[in-house]
Amino acid sequence: MRRKLLVLLAAAGAVLASVAFFRRGGARRERVDLYFADGSMVSLGEGPDAERLLALGRTTLDAAR
Amino acid sequence: MEAAQALADLTEISTQIKAAALFRADGSIDASTLADGTRFVEAARALLSAADGVRTEPLVQLEAATADGSVFVVRDGERLVAAVTGPEPTVGLVFYDLKSCLRSSAESEEPEKPKRAAPKRKPKEEGENGEA
Repeated sequence: MRRKLLVLLAAAGAVLASVAFFRRGGARRERVDLYFADGSMVSLGEGPDAERLLALGRTTLDAAR
Repeated sequence: MEAAQALADLTEISTQIKAAALFRADGSIDASTLADGTRFVEAARALLSAADGVRTEPLVQLEAATADGSVFVVRDGERLVAAVTGPEPTVGLVFYDLKSCLRSSAESEEPEKPKRAAPKRKPKEEGENGEA
């Protein structure tokens, strides 16, 4: 009985941890993806360029409201 | 297809797109889903202009993903389309729909190709098929 409870707790913990992982680090990360004519792509997630472009992105989003 | 119709089709096909505008590199607006798209287009142009400076290679499209939503800009020569979506859109699908919209609106301005003249038929020779 105790062993079953431990397994159940471990499984629940794993599910919660994976949900937290994907919510924090995955798709919700703010970024700017730039696609160039030569087929290359740059993803800016942090740094001065990213901050500047994200600020302009937010301004554009506000302008669409 | 006219720009307004291309944009109407875009918003009908893509439920993720909340607002969009078709415009030119000089800022003139061809069509917009917003009553006054000027501020939106100016902001999108400023974003594109700033993004252009990141590399010397020409930029063809971008996505700025924020917690409140995403901004997309796609460029095809002098023509551009900008759109906004909610957070976490299906990026590939949105880009595909925006490119289709740009293509559709461009088709309306292309000069109509001259129709090929029908090949001249050889006049039937008398006495054909053994008739005289």
